[in-house]
Amino acid sequence: MIEFLIAALLVIGVLFALVGSWGLAKLTDFYKRLHGPSKATTLGVGCVLLASMLFFALQGRASGHELLITLFLFLTAPVSAHLLVKAAMKLQPDSRPPPPP
Amino acid sequence: MIDAVLPWVIAGFALALLLNAWRLFKGPSLPDRILALDTAYINALAVLVCLGLHWRTAVFFEVAMLIGLLGFIGTVALSKFILRGDIIE
Repeated sequence: MIEFLIAALLVIGVLFALVGSWGLAKLTDFYKRLHGPSKATTLGVGCVLLASMLFFALQGRASGHELLITLFLFLTAPVSAHLLVKAAMKLQPDSRPPPPP
Repeated sequence: MIDAVLPWVIAGFALALLLNAWRLFKGPSLPDRILALDTAYINALAVLVCLGLHWRTAVFFEVAMLIGLLGFIGTVALSKFILRGDIIE
């Protein structure tokens, strides 16, 4: 039963990662392209790491490494996305939205 | 069950890495290429975790953590270089 859960988590994770990378390849604008990887890929890797954590806990070799990697990725993904948007706005200043009235 | 699914999962991540490489070569602007590299290191980390599941070893987690750390530092350094023209001011 728990093996089925691990396999389902792996498949869900790879589907999320594929959707994110496909969005990165297919969307038309940089600001649209940023959506795919920064949401979907992080979630997909989170699912795969959760599956790995369950698998090694099932074998009696539980470790906190996966939890550390997941926490680190979830902390750093918004920071890098914010820095990328700031860099893109620096390179194309006319893409900055007008200030609110 | 897991051993039946794992090759397809690794193949899916390899396909995602190919899509990232296509965007890396084509990308019209510099932030596109940085974003492609950012996505590629996350996908490579997932491939490493799947290989660790396949060979039943926990050695790859340290490697995955190092890839995550250095990839984030690389993204921040490249973005800072575009933003300020310098990394350490």
